[in-house]
Amino acid sequence: MTVTAPVARKRSALTKGQLPAFAPYIVLAVALVLGAAILALIGFNAFGWGLVSAILFTIGLVAWSGAVEGGRKAKDRLATCLVVGSFLVALLPLVSVIWTVLVNGLPGIITPGFLTTSMNGVTGSFDNKSVDDGTKVLGGIYHALIGTVQITLLATVISVPVGLLTAVYLVEYGNDRALARAITFFVDVMTGIPSIVAGLFSAAFFFALVGPGTKTGAVAAVALSVLMIPVVVRSSEEMLKIVPNELREAAYALGVRKWRTIVKVVIPTAISGIASGVTLAIARVIGETAPILVTAGFATTINNNVFGGWMASLPTFIYTQILNPTSPSNPGPSSQRAWGAALVLIILVMLLNLGARLIARIFAPKTGR
Amino acid sequence: MSKRIDVKDLNVYYGNFLAVEGVNINIEAKSVTAFIGPSGCGKSTFLRTLNRMHEVLPGARVEGEVLLDGDNLYGHGVDPVTVRTQVGMVFQRPNPFPTMSIRDNVLAGVKLNNKKITKGAADALVEKSLRGANLWNEVKDRLEKPGSGLSGGQQQRLCIARAIAVEPQVILMDEPCSALDPISTLAVEDLINELKDEYTVVIVTHNMQQAARVSDKTAFFNIAGTGKPGKLIEFADTTTIFNNPSQKATEDYVSGRFG
Amino acid sequence: MTTNSLTTSQGAGRAGDKVFSGATLAAGCLILVVLFGVALFLVVQAIPALVASPADIQGGQGFFPYIWPIVVGTLIAAAIALVIATPIAIGVALFISHYAPRKLASSLGYVVDLLAAIPSVVYGAWGAAFLSQQISPAYNWLAANMGWLPIFQGPASATGKTILTAGIVLSVMVLPIITSLSREIFLQTPKLHEEAALALGATRWEMIKMAVIPFGRPGIVSAVMLGLGRALGETMAVALVLSSGALTASLIQSGNQTIAAEIALNFPEASGIKVNTLIAAGLVLFVITLGVNMIARWIITRHKEFSGAN
Repeated sequence: MTVTAPVARKRSALTKGQLPAFAPYIVLAVALVLGAAILALIGFNAFGWGLVSAILFTIGLVAWSGAVEGGRKAKDRLATCLVVGSFLVALLPLVSVIWTVLVNGLPGIITPGFLTTSMNGVTGSFDNKSVDDGTKVLGGIYHALIGTVQITLLATVISVPVGLLTAVYLVEYGNDRALARAITFFVDVMTGIPSIVAGLFSAAFFFALVGPGTKTGAVAAVALSVLMIPVVVRSSEEMLKIVPNELREAAYALGVRKWRTIVKVVIPTAISGIASGVTLAIARVIGETAPILVTAGFATTINNNVFGGWMASLPTFIYTQILNPTSPSNPGPSSQRAWGAALVLIILVMLLNLGARLIARIFAPKTGR
Repeated sequence: MSKRIDVKDLNVYYGNFLAVEGVNINIEAKSVTAFIGPSGCGKSTFLRTLNRMHEVLPGARVEGEVLLDGDNLYGHGVDPVTVRTQVGMVFQRPNPFPTMSIRDNVLAGVKLNNKKITKGAADALVEKSLRGANLWNEVKDRLEKPGSGLSGGQQQRLCIARAIAVEPQVILMDEPCSALDPISTLAVEDLINELKDEYTVVIVTHNMQQAARVSDKTAFFNIAGTGKPGKLIEFADTTTIFNNPSQKATEDYVSGRFG
Repeated sequence: MTTNSLTTSQGAGRAGDKVFSGATLAAGCLILVVLFGVALFLVVQAIPALVASPADIQGGQGFFPYIWPIVVGTLIAAAIALVIATPIAIGVALFISHYAPRKLASSLGYVVDLLAAIPSVVYGAWGAAFLSQQISPAYNWLAANMGWLPIFQGPASATGKTILTAGIVLSVMVLPIITSLSREIFLQTPKLHEEAALALGATRWEMIKMAVIPFGRPGIVSAVMLGLGRALGETMAVALVLSSGALTASLIQSGNQTIAAEIALNFPEASGIKVNTLIAAGLVLFVITLGVNMIARWIITRHKEFSGAN
């Protein structure tokens, strides 16, 4: 023991010329303290503190590493700092958006009647009164919820058959023909259509078909379908492709026709992926604002007929409440309603995203013994 | 319940590539015929032409005649789906339908074709097919469990049961044991021996011992080189092929000198 | 020869095959028709604006003097978004593909994908209510200290509702697009190349520079192009954030406008020739984004053929 002890204390030759593992923590602590000191001089705020500390940390660590470990290692550490830093920067808006929506949206959402009443009859004078007297903000998003659900549902009903059948064509019948390649290419191009252009298309289509100024939920649903179909095609195509060919062959060898094989074997095997893809596609279009803005108009009342009359939706509700407050002199209540609606919309989208993951897991083919 | 197959001057093409050339063969009813030969010699390709499964691959086509008890599979107006109900197939890797229970897998050929079948008849068919595939005793208590939960050998026998349930005349097997362990292989080989009482069985195998064990007749396929078409070199009783082949190439192959 | 017993089959089954494959084909063609229809209807409805007498178009000078400034404004906003988003997105993609612990990587990727899940109108509201106010002091500082640059010329907007703020919000929205595509490409880097670099004693950064970035370059380019397509067509972030006006060089004054926001702000109340003018503007936007997207897709396809991936 007495012999080995000094050997164990000696540093390994392989770690010579390296910063000790705790070096970054020391630099971090110093940077945080220094950052706080600098910010104290020019007025403290959390964002500035984080930013200054991060810069100081990077400079400090890279400089120390450069002195001890040499230029190559220092460059590597700089790259690591920048890469990790960019990830943290990317998280900032996410956290900020969610925080802003939560803080501003909660008062709206907990107001009694917010989810169950419409804006029918709610005028600026009510808002002025609620600001002056401090009474509860009247009006709610019921009509917008109804509109969003109906428009999205109709868009789904249009998009899923078209999208799924196209995916089936591409995977099962296309055989890399020129037509299949053209469809694949244009589906990709279609994913890039600006949402407002999809709205304009649908508007122009119905203007020509029904008459100028036709604005209904159905027009909006067609616009959303233009955005939704390519997403459904792409995700379904991926899912159909990973169904093993062996299953198709097994069915054919039993004397099953191709279309029955597709309907009863291929699609059921891929259904979990397809369903989760569709759910994600719904999540994508449910928050679209621009296409609804130009196709469904604005409504403050409940409209249960998707084929007739203007229709409200959550995104356009948010948009109009912010841009054209019900009471121009007191935008507070409108803003509260808008943030409440935004919170509801985000919750909807997150639920859909979560649902997509659950569907993928629950309906996956069971292999368990 | 079984028919003979006669093949006349059959060529198989992939696009413009001639994959198998000039096959003439007569396969007896209620017998086991083995196809052996080196990899890429076209024996699996040829097997697939016996129930038109090669048509699944884009660009594949044939010239010549395949007669099932005198009826040409490639005659005018013949529906490949009808052909496949009469000539069943079992594949290299067990491929039970993952979304279906064991019972539904056996009934797949009936249910997928939307044929009406009473519950009693279905139960009887399931039991008959599973018994025919030597699987009944192992799975009778878990018919509603997914078929993919079985072992590899059980899965392969499930696939055979599924093929039998359609009541075909001929069963084609494309290296049915290559993905199985020796014990499962033995079970499947035993089954093949029993199947020939009722069906015409054609089996492709890489394993010459297997061909010797299970088949009545053996066909040897060979290929002259890469890019050349595969050909039927010799077709005779299995004992003849393995003990006293007439062709030099056959003798070299079965004695392990190449391939 | 006797009659072939194999020909006696159920005709109904065959018809089912025909009907079904016909339906799938029809659906595929419908997509092509729709895309063609988008172009056609936009053109048809846009023509009245293009042939109208200049005095009838907003601004009174005809369509092209009207559309020109907002095309430039669209490009400015998209350029700001890309300048900010591209380096960060590549950093995030590298972080997820090569820096983050394996177990965390997929969850972190999901977190970034959440950025894409948030509806654009919420971003717009956030930009208008939160970001523009927070960032306004920075604009004052820029105007005071870097005002000699035309793009930072003062006086800075007091509300912070400028094209730069809109560009920043846009950058947040295109970030997940560029990230997810680059991440896919980085993950496809051949392991052998990476290990070869590491075996030569390269640091992680040198390995990325030697193996990952060269392999992923076409992918990054196309990812940025797709991000550009999104930034050009995004409506809400600009419509809610920007207090629009005439084309100006300064990014920190109010002013400038993008096509998408122009349409969104004016279409609901528009009538007559104004509708046609806005649809014509939409057509211009459609053509620009179509071009950008087609180039991006073309790069991706070409890259696929060369890399042997798939």
